[in-house]
Amino acid sequence: MSASAGSVDRGRPTLRWDAVGIARRNLWTSGLVGLLVIFLALTKFIQPTYGAAGIQGLAISLLPIALAAVAQAIVVISGGIDLSVGSMMALTSVTSAVLMKGQSDAVAVVIVIAILGMGLLLGTINGGLIVATRVPDIIVTLAMLFVWAGFALLVLHTPGGGAAPWLMESIRGPLVSEWLPRAVVVLAVVVGVVWVPLQRSTVGLSLYALGSNRLAAFRSGVPVGRTKILSYALAGLFSALGGLALTASTGIGSPVPGSYTLESVAAIVLGGVSLAGGRGGVVGPIIAVVVLALIRTDLTFLGVNPNWSEVIQGAILIGVVMFGSLLAMRKVRA
Amino acid sequence: MIPGTTDLLLDATGVAKSYGAVVALRSASLAVRPGEVHALMGANGAGKSTLVKILTGAVRPDTGSISVRGRSYTAHSPSEARAGGVVSVYQEPALIPDLDVRSNLRLTRTPVDPVRHWLVELGLPDLDLTSLVRNLPLASLRVIDLARALAIEPALLMLDEITAALPANLTERVLEVIGRQKGTDRSVIFISHRLIEIAAVCDRATVLREGATVGVVDVTEGSDDRIVELMLGDIVRGGPATSADGKTPGAVAARASVTPRIAARSLASGTELRDVSFDLYAGEVLGVVALEGQGQDALFDILSGAERPDGGELRIDGAAVSFRHPADAIRAGLVYVPADRAEALLMQRSVRENIALPFSTRVSAWGLINVGDERRKVDKAVATLQIDTRAASEVRRLSGGNQQKVTIARWVAGGVRTMLCFDPTRGIDIGTKQQIYQLVRDLAGAGAAVLYYTSELKEIQLACDRAVVIFGGRVVAEIAVEDADEPALLRAAYNLRADAPMPETVAATAVAVEAGAAPSGTGPGDVGAAPQ
Repeated sequence: MSASAGSVDRGRPTLRWDAVGIARRNLWTSGLVGLLVIFLALTKFIQPTYGAAGIQGLAISLLPIALAAVAQAIVVISGGIDLSVGSMMALTSVTSAVLMKGQSDAVAVVIVIAILGMGLLLGTINGGLIVATRVPDIIVTLAMLFVWAGFALLVLHTPGGGAAPWLMESIRGPLVSEWLPRAVVVLAVVVGVVWVPLQRSTVGLSLYALGSNRLAAFRSGVPVGRTKILSYALAGLFSALGGLALTASTGIGSPVPGSYTLESVAAIVLGGVSLAGGRGGVVGPIIAVVVLALIRTDLTFLGVNPNWSEVIQGAILIGVVMFGSLLAMRKVRA
Repeated sequence: MIPGTTDLLLDATGVAKSYGAVVALRSASLAVRPGEVHALMGANGAGKSTLVKILTGAVRPDTGSISVRGRSYTAHSPSEARAGGVVSVYQEPALIPDLDVRSNLRLTRTPVDPVRHWLVELGLPDLDLTSLVRNLPLASLRVIDLARALAIEPALLMLDEITAALPANLTERVLEVIGRQKGTDRSVIFISHRLIEIAAVCDRATVLREGATVGVVDVTEGSDDRIVELMLGDIVRGGPATSADGKTPGAVAARASVTPRIAARSLASGTELRDVSFDLYAGEVLGVVALEGQGQDALFDILSGAERPDGGELRIDGAAVSFRHPADAIRAGLVYVPADRAEALLMQRSVRENIALPFSTRVSAWGLINVGDERRKVDKAVATLQIDTRAASEVRRLSGGNQQKVTIARWVAGGVRTMLCFDPTRGIDIGTKQQIYQLVRDLAGAGAAVLYYTSELKEIQLACDRAVVIFGGRVVAEIAVEDADEPALLRAAYNLRADAPMPETVAATAVAVEAGAAPSGTGPGDVGAAPQ
């Protein structure tokens, strides 16, 4: 017994933290980065004047959908799906715009914090309903899509309100270098502060565990109901951030949500999150948002009929995911 | 308080649980002494799993009292049970597929070093803790799950069919480690359908029948019969040997001139299956014996049409075939009964639909289903297999044994020519097992051919006419049923010559686990530790 115990430590493998090691462990995301570089080069090729200004504009316009993709990714990793992301963004956006109009900067700070709290609350209500009623996630969040959209129209019937100047400035323009848009920094900070520490904690493992195998998670001692509610609360928080980003980028609140919900689902699928749950991260979906936007930009620059460009986008989405699954299958067989 | 009660580590009395009108437990009691390995026995549906669920906090009992080490015990979740010193290892490993082993340990807040220690003890010294659980074989997952449970030194460890589907070498290590828990202040509840294992490691056995405790037996030589009698109640009198020996020896004659139903020649697939040839004739049950991971999975995948072979030839009734899809195999009369019922059944649908599925799709793929004909066939199959249809509206509510009967019934209902059974009795109770042996014999008697892989060696003599042994992807032996006792099969499965001395680890199998605890073995029995 003691003899074998002595050999316990042998061959403990260490994780590689250099670039190659990280890329190997995140093959899908690495592939997406490659795709991103290809499309950036393509954009520059098609439109030689495309430069720092274009990237800044892109970053601002993509911040809301990137945050929506993060929200969706967290829920789907945990084994759910949130169709109310777009409506929550609209509701938090109009609420912030109505409250902020004509207020001082100091009050606006309080309002921003309150809106984040409101996002957590909306998400908690979504998750709580799912856990309490045992109605499937997709049905509850579909219903809440209508509920939150209705509230958004009650708060503000036509686009209006205002945004604190500092909030609008926080995502405009570059930081340090003209190639580093503030919106990108904001996104990195938000994800870095909220998601990264969480993902490395036991709570984060619980989110993955819940999405991967609910029964095994329960038997491993994961509080299944609470973890589910937490995943929706986080989605609510990121939707609120997305809503604030909408207000900040336009300066007003708009009660009718864009197609953020479905676009967020497309982004996470392209971003390597398994719709079955348990697999993926938030970096992939964020890159996927940019790739999808660049595809649209390129098609516009090429003068393609926008209706065709929608068709092409859909085809590319299927093609990339199929290609990825084929590669994954190869890897398993080898 | 009754004197002596506090000496018990676990004392559960009068535990009852009903789900609506269905009574899962009427009045179960279970008393476990410290340092004891205690078997919990019972046919499927006797209430074992409900009792385990209650002890682990997954389900709350309606009535009854439970105390652990003299203190009243209630758990509302597995984590609370863990905190109370009660840990269970399930048939389905409670590991998260998308996390690596180390993250799984972190999730349950289990210290890593004790787990490593137990992995070494259990015969998996080279396991890479950064491997993704999804990519590990089931046998390794069970061992990891057990090592994780042992690492936190629970007062009460519950093991549900821990040895099911484990290869023989790992089974030995596991039984040996469990045996070592004796004499400590901790106890083990051991649930298994394998009486030989009960005899090897358990001190006492509590037997449940129809939701109530019907007896507590000291496990000694010859207690097997008593346990089986208690488990079966009035259903079957006598030991397993007498009722299962219903087949007539030598029922299958030599048939040099007859075309075999299946003729496999040098089948090969990847690195698993290298060279497998055999003939399967109508009217016989051909056993397949192999340690875990010797290529038997690939063989059955090929025969059932799920996978195409890389090499070799397959002839059905003399004609060369190449299956592209399970439907091709079914059309050629080859039907498949997997060990995992979930692979075969539509769990949310009714017994009737599950049985009717294959032949209604075949008879009229696009037209209307002939309801009258379907009902007759299904009723006949249900009656033949004695399927308990109280929960017939959803197959997932049936017990494991009854689910397996449904998988077999669907093929029987359509008329079966060749049946491929892959460990069909895995994790089901002894009564149902015997029904399945009998059914397999009856099918062969009626002219069907059956290929029967089993991880339980003693089933070969209970159900088969002869056996082929696969080792390293090759057929290494063919053994007539008279000679196919467990030692002979085990030798062949390890690819040892019949007269070779048994490696000491093999010899130790289930005979004297305590005595065999000292040497950890140098024989070939140790080689299987590395997962594929």
